[in-house]
Amino acid sequence: MAVKTYNAGVKEYRETYWMPDYTPLDTDILACFKITAQPGVPREEAAAAVAAESSTGTWTTVWTDLLTDLDYYKGRAYAIEDVPGDDESFYAFIAYPIDLFEEGSVVNVFTSLVGNVFGFKALRHLRLEDVRFPIAYVKTCGGPPHGIQVERDILNKYGRPLLGCTIKPKLGLSAKNYGRAVYECLRGGLDLTKDDENVNSQPFMRWRQRFDFVMEAIHKAERETGERKGHYLNVTAPTPEEMYKRAGYAKELGAPIIMHDYITGGFCANTGLANWCRDNGILLHIHRAMHAVLDRHPKHGIHFRVLAKILRLSGGDHLHSGTVVGKLEGDREATLGWIDIMRDSFIKEDRSRGIFFDQDWGSMPGVFPVASGGIHVWHMPALVAIFGDDACLQFGGGTLGHPWGNAAGAAANRVALEACVEDRNKNGVEGLEVRGGDVLRDAAKSSPELNAAMDTWKEIKFEFDTVDKLDVSHK
Amino acid sequence: MSEVQDYKSSLTDTTSRKFETFSYLPEMSKEDIRKQVQYIVDKGWNPGIEHTEPANAFDHYWYMWKLPMFGETDVDTILAEADACHAAHPNNHVRLIGYDNYAQSQGTSMVIYRGPMTA
Repeated sequence: MAVKTYNAGVKEYRETYWMPDYTPLDTDILACFKITAQPGVPREEAAAAVAAESSTGTWTTVWTDLLTDLDYYKGRAYAIEDVPGDDESFYAFIAYPIDLFEEGSVVNVFTSLVGNVFGFKALRHLRLEDVRFPIAYVKTCGGPPHGIQVERDILNKYGRPLLGCTIKPKLGLSAKNYGRAVYECLRGGLDLTKDDENVNSQPFMRWRQRFDFVMEAIHKAERETGERKGHYLNVTAPTPEEMYKRAGYAKELGAPIIMHDYITGGFCANTGLANWCRDNGILLHIHRAMHAVLDRHPKHGIHFRVLAKILRLSGGDHLHSGTVVGKLEGDREATLGWIDIMRDSFIKEDRSRGIFFDQDWGSMPGVFPVASGGIHVWHMPALVAIFGDDACLQFGGGTLGHPWGNAAGAAANRVALEACVEDRNKNGVEGLEVRGGDVLRDAAKSSPELNAAMDTWKEIKFEFDTVDKLDVSHK
Repeated sequence: MSEVQDYKSSLTDTTSRKFETFSYLPEMSKEDIRKQVQYIVDKGWNPGIEHTEPANAFDHYWYMWKLPMFGETDVDTILAEADACHAAHPNNHVRLIGYDNYAQSQGTSMVIYRGPMTA
């Protein structure tokens, strides 16, 4: 049994943490890192160092190592692969035993996986590309408070994407004027409107007045249109206590949905709020401010598909996903990959979409991907084709910038959406983007609001190339 | 740029009331309805017919017309039930539902006959 003896000093990581013959267990948490090591550091040593530094290892041997069975707890680098089209970086696959982590805590998992290791000197860059959560771990997490199907049932929206809008200008409106903008959007035909992420409780508009006026807008728009409406009341706050206070007041007013920023607000606050939402029957919209700091650089940081998995485990009913077609970053195939990660119950490994592992979510509900940012009616056919029904399409400027105002802008988007869905049902999703122009022009014949919207935005395009592309050979 | 137009909608004007998917489009023709039924069949969903007085359209639960047609894939049979419901309740909205038993939810739901919006 006690066959090990204590030898002080520095060992090469690969002696302990590089295990090319290891077969990962079904219960292991698996990670794929893209490593760019300093010149002269062998791949195996770099991979082993990442495994060590993200699990049990420290830079030197300590006598207390021998008081436990580190061979049981250590992370294991079990495979190395070339990155297509890139000579200086490689993928390292690392398996972590499930008992390294607290149950139901993305906080704990990521404190290990993306903790000190990202500052490790032997590496120039390090990127966490994907993580496989075993179903055994998934089952310890609460996940989305309600999920896609329950939200559809609550809001009575079937057979089409949800339609939303972020209220602008994002800063500076008084609460009463803000409620006016919400009311106009909802009476025109939107399902949902949204607080901008940086609308919290500033001097120009404190949260309580915003909640009061917005709820009046929702109730009136519901009576007027006969449809169910909501507004994401942002409860992101400086402290958890304040966050819960605001959430509690939203519930008191009968708000169907509230909102949180899960990265700036923190995973701890987010998981707590998701549990609160489940307990109180309130839907939860999640914004992702700060994500691009983490996920945009192709060689360093955390890929968004991992951030999406974190959110699905931590809990949220909606999550911003990028649009593919709007003003913000997002490669199409990669976006389709993480949209599946948000919505499906089982996602197969598929390198063509940047998915490195099978992921089984079991019965954990799906999250609505939210497409928001720089989109307008002319993008509608592509959005319906890309996202399908289970998405929330949000047109900010594309609603509020309508020459006749928010209600007309909302109606234009609603008509465009329904026309595209009706055509898709009739003629199939194949070719919808090609037929799209005709579908919209035809629908505009009976909708002057859509006609005016099409005149306003005809020429707008966003054609900058994507910075973070999927790794494919381009040599 | 055209002249700014007023958006006509109010609490007192009952024609302002909508009823979810496709209610912002013109009323469907017979041929349009047939294609939507075909879509539900092609998706493998179970078709169902419901109806309600327009004044009560906000409610989650409308009146079921018989039972959902489990396993029915014949478009004419489904259309005949929709027509029978419409004939029996000409003043009501009639909606067509596709029940998705795997998602345990409605895959789609749309009003295919609109009752008079005067009440």
